[in-house]
Amino acid sequence: MTLQNDRKYTSSHEWLLDLGNGSYRVGLSDFAQSSLGDIVFIDLPHPGDKITAEASLGDVESVKAVSEVLSPVTGTVIATNEDLSSAPESINADPYGTWLVEVNNVTAFAELMDVSAYETFCANA
Amino acid sequence: MGNFLPSTDAQRREMMDTVGISFVDELYVDIPADLREKAAEAVLAMPKGVSEFEALEQMKHLAKQNRVFDAIFRGAGAYWHHIPAVVSRVAAKEAFVTAYTPYQPEISQGILQTIFEYQTMLCELTGMDAGNASVYDGATAAAESAAMCRERSRTLTLLAAGLNPESIETVKTYSFGADAAYVIVPNKGGRLDLDALKSALNAGVASLILQSPNYYGVIEDVPAIAQLVHAAGAKLVLSMNPTAMALLASPGESGADVAIGDGQPLGIPLSFGGPYLGFMACKKDMVRKLPGRIVGQTTDAAGRRCFVLTLQAREQHIRREKASSNICSNQALCALTAAAYCSAMGPQGLSEVARACYDNAHYLASELSKIKGFALVNPDAPFFHEFLTQAPANANRMLKALEEKGILGGLPVDGGILWCATERNTKAQIDQLVETLKKAVAV
Repeated sequence: MTLQNDRKYTSSHEWLLDLGNGSYRVGLSDFAQSSLGDIVFIDLPHPGDKITAEASLGDVESVKAVSEVLSPVTGTVIATNEDLSSAPESINADPYGTWLVEVNNVTAFAELMDVSAYETFCANA
Repeated sequence: MGNFLPSTDAQRREMMDTVGISFVDELYVDIPADLREKAAEAVLAMPKGVSEFEALEQMKHLAKQNRVFDAIFRGAGAYWHHIPAVVSRVAAKEAFVTAYTPYQPEISQGILQTIFEYQTMLCELTGMDAGNASVYDGATAAAESAAMCRERSRTLTLLAAGLNPESIETVKTYSFGADAAYVIVPNKGGRLDLDALKSALNAGVASLILQSPNYYGVIEDVPAIAQLVHAAGAKLVLSMNPTAMALLASPGESGADVAIGDGQPLGIPLSFGGPYLGFMACKKDMVRKLPGRIVGQTTDAAGRRCFVLTLQAREQHIRREKASSNICSNQALCALTAAAYCSAMGPQGLSEVARACYDNAHYLASELSKIKGFALVNPDAPFFHEFLTQAPANANRMLKALEEKGILGGLPVDGGILWCATERNTKAQIDQLVETLKKAVAV
């Protein structure tokens, strides 16, 4: 399992990357993609939609199951990764380079872990 | 007639011992006592079993009470068409009649292939990219399409006033369960009021469900409506009679995102209201939201072409309470019948049927409108094979006069009488109808 120390993680295996200008990117961790298996479809919100920390922002469908993606933040979606509609499997290939949504106007966060806390969390999962 | 005994007394005893009860009745303790008593009385009041011979006699007696008309000039959602003999012959094959739900593709290739072919022909007819294996009826398809188009911030469904009343009622029922809202957009001059549509459209609207030709027979300006709906970011669901698709622009050509309707005109007998089938098809970008079963084509381990149920991820057995649809069945035999009908007719045959419907209905309209009290309600509105006339004060007596001649006349609805003619309503039949009405008016 790979990890990146430039971002924070949730207990539901999403990552949150601070872009530094008030906006954030959200993606799925390597642990999430490997547990899900081959991802075949991802249903995302639209730019302008409000999302809420710890509430569903979309869902991801793999050959095994459909799972909710829980938002790490409360804020407004400013962009979605359009490439995912034709190539959802890029999450499996590159979980940290493949983002789902970009958010700004962030007013609240879910409980987040740094990389070492998340590593321990995954080891006990 | 024989009884069906699924278990022996000993097996029942064993099951009761396992769950810890002494009498079967203990399973029903949660049902209020008065209801249980009523049910027990009803069971006691049931007649004793009869022989197969006696049962047939009773059924024949009941069947005699049905009134079967020689000519039908009524549509309103169910249509009187010729069904080629080969259609019933194919649909009656016992392997199809008794086919179980095809969860095991290794033993269900026959029924899976028929559904796949039905879906393929449905897509050709509707101009859509993907179709499902059918739902119960046109009204169910309407309700499922409303759910299919709802998104996180777009939850409101607009319903065109010209949608079949049964579809409106079913959408209402589903909306109640889903805690979702709907608004009915009124008609003006027999067609959807575009100004009312413009003011109803906003960022919270998920879809407009439009019917064309609408319930009153009028052909809507679908491309213009599609443009308005899409400009507001919403989806257009078009409910359309499949016969009309062979003559008019298909839902796909008119700009609809989802095509729905009742497949009864495709070779399904009227049968006093059912079973029919609801069809649903959509553009590629909405395939993941298409409810119900979808059969896909693939290859097996040996590389042979085969068929399987596919894209079931949004269904309740996987998504549980998050499912956007709870329909887990389809009208497989009716879908097969529709596929057999489309195959027997071919594109040319379907076009000829549609053209004959159009011609006969227009002849009927022009003859009826010459009779006092039967003026067309929307004389300038284009129609396919149904139209509305005014209802004379003594309309019921008129319809009764027709019934006495073995003719089922139009349906009295709000605003007039709704008439229909299909390829079966020959000129001779139409002339007889008109003559009977003229005589009744003169009395």
